[in-house]
Formats: sequence, C-alpha cells, structure tokens
Amino acid sequence: MKMGLETVIAESLPEVLVAPLDALINWARKSSLWPATFGLACCAIEMMNATSGRNDLARFGSEVFRATPRQADVMIVSGRVSRKMAPVLRRIYDQMPEPKWVISMGACATSGGVFDNYAIVQGVDKIVPVDVYIPGCPPRPEMLIHAVMMLQDKIMKESTRDRKDKPDEESREALTPGTLPVTDGSTLRQPETMEPKPYTIASRHEKRRSF
Amino acid sequence: MEQQNQQTGISENRSSSNQENTTPSPIAAALQREHPEWIGEVVEALGETTITVLREHIVAVCSFLKTAPGLEFNFLADLCGFDRGPEEEPRFEVNYHLFSTTKSHRVRLKVLVNEDDAHVPSVTSVWRTANWHERETYDLFGVIFDDHPDLRRILLPDDWQGHALRKDFPLRGYEPYSLE
Repeated sequence: MKMGLETVIAESLPEVLVAPLDALINWARKSSLWPATFGLACCAIEMMNATSGRNDLARFGSEVFRATPRQADVMIVSGRVSRKMAPVLRRIYDQMPEPKWVISMGACATSGGVFDNYAIVQGVDKIVPVDVYIPGCPPRPEMLIHAVMMLQDKIMKESTRDRKDKPDEESREALTPGTLPVTDGSTLRQPETMEPKPYTIASRHEKRRSF
Repeated sequence: MEQQNQQTGISENRSSSNQENTTPSPIAAALQREHPEWIGEVVEALGETTITVLREHIVAVCSFLKTAPGLEFNFLADLCGFDRGPEEEPRFEVNYHLFSTTKSHRVRLKVLVNEDDAHVPSVTSVWRTANWHERETYDLFGVIFDDHPDLRRILLPDDWQGHALRKDFPLRGYEPYSLE
C-alpha cells in the first residue's frame, strides 16, 4: 500500500516528535489552501466577491483559484447542483489529489435550498463528503471567509497518522477529513416489481393538503 | 371542416373573427383573407391576438407569416408547451410567440394536441431557433415533433424516465438522488 511521505515519516518517528510534525504539516496545508473553481450558480458571484479587492480571500492563503482540480486543495461548491451535474461534480472531486476538503457554500449546496424538486440534488453531501457548510442565499463574502478560517482551524486539528492515502472508495465512507455519511444507494436496490411511487416525504414547511 | 375534426379530434366551432370580437387585428384579418382553412379560432384579449391553428397546417401558416409582405414575422420569440391536465381533451398545447422586428407586431399561434397522438410538424425549416425550443418541449412534455433534425432531451439527463412538466409528474420526482 502506498503511503504519503509524511505518513511514513510520522510512523517512524518517536512520539515526542509527532506533534510538532503534525503542527508543521497542518500549518503548511492550511496556510495555502488553493480552491478549485466550482462556481455553479448565484453563489459563484459571492465567491468572486470574496476574492476581489474588498474582501480579499488571498490574504488567507487562497492565492489562486486553480482551474484544474489536479492542483487544488479545497473545492468550494457554490450553487445548486442539478442531478445532471452531479456525476460531473463527483468526477471533479475524484480528480483532486489528497489532501482535499470540501466547502458547501450556500443553501442550495447544503440542502437543496429553495429548490425542493425533481431536478436539484438536496444537498451536495449526498455526493461528496463536506467539511464546512455555509448557510445563506447567497452567503456574504465575509461568511465565506469565515468558513475558510473555520476549515483552517479544522485542518490544524488533524494528524498525519489519521490521514488515509487510499483511493476514493474510502473518501466516500467519509472518514477524516469529511465527517458526514453519503447515501448508499439503498433506495435504488429495490425489487424490480415495485411501482414507482412519488417521493412525498412531507417537509415541515408544506402546508398544502393535496398533491 | 369535418375532415379537420376527424383528423385532429378537436370539436370546435370555427368562428370567424368578426363574431368573436369587434375589431379584428390586421394580422388575423390578413390570414383570414388569404387562407381561412388554416385557422381554427381567433381570440383577441388584452391587446393580444391568439390564433389557434390546426396541426397539419402549422408549417404553412408559419412560412406564410414569415414571408408575407405586410406581416414579416421573422423572429420566433418562444415556442413552449402547455399541459392542460390529464383529464382535458386535447391535453397539450404548443404555443408559438411570433414577433416582427421590421413591423413591430406580435401574434401568438396555438396548436392543440391530444395525448395519445402527440405529434406536431416541426417549424425548424422556418426558424432555426425552433430546434432547441422543440427539444425542450419534447423533453418536458413528451410532444414529438415530426421532421425535427435532432429530437432528444435537452434539459433533463439523457436517461431520465418521464416528462417532468406534465401535471401528473410529482414535484419531487420519484426517488431522491444517490450516487449509484
């Protein structure tokens, strides 16, 4: 099994040196989090605002927004994810090398937002494991900066011995760094004879009495 | 009149525009004068003219409206479908909103379609923009456009089952999204 260099070093060091090593590595990682541009909808405008002159995200290490996921650390999913776009999102996430994190920006990425319908995925954590959620429609740029700082605090608490350098089946189980489970597709493994029923689990906000 | 009723299944009185309203619009009047057999019904309300066209003649009507010297409807502003409800007969409408950039007048054409024979001739030969609009109407309602060069889904995923904007398609769809 291939392990990253820092994991090999961490396992061969005596205990007293692991904590400073962790601190060093985590400091290096959090201080230059390069986001991958994944602006989908209106939240992308606020993400652009967060990188522009008034609220400057580059102060916090996000010096460049890499267009290619291969060179990115964090994926900021900003905007509603449609079911047609969802496999593309997953593919971009899979193309990011470890260590990687996900920030779900805005109400639509967090939970489907105002779009409770057939076309929009109700929360991007059904596709990728998410580290920080940002509410808002759209969230202010200051909220995105706060989320990046929160992610930096989360990164400082990690340890090299926990980091797994395995391929993506592991990341789907959402061990560190993401902590939320992803749906396992059990609704699709129903027997073939089942009638397609409309998905009508009522939300608290629904007041209509007929469908 | 009887032939048209048998072919399309629409039981409708073909009324001339003079009976429906007091001042017929010049567009409807011109169409009435030239080709009265193409028109089903003319409705004028709120300053807008709506002409119901029988489905076989829609391409002829559209090319007439585009090329006739006083009319010159060179801009297809919208082509959309409408589901009147599963119990209505005919179930679907296809609406064409036309605009003339030279004369600045507008008209709406309507084609009524039954559910079990949801075929309409395509007007892509008249206005090329109808290509994507008809793909959208096919994707969301299931109305099939004959002689369309490339009729496939445009908004929903390619392997989607069902037509999403029909009145009997549930709002949330049939199952929540999951990766498999």
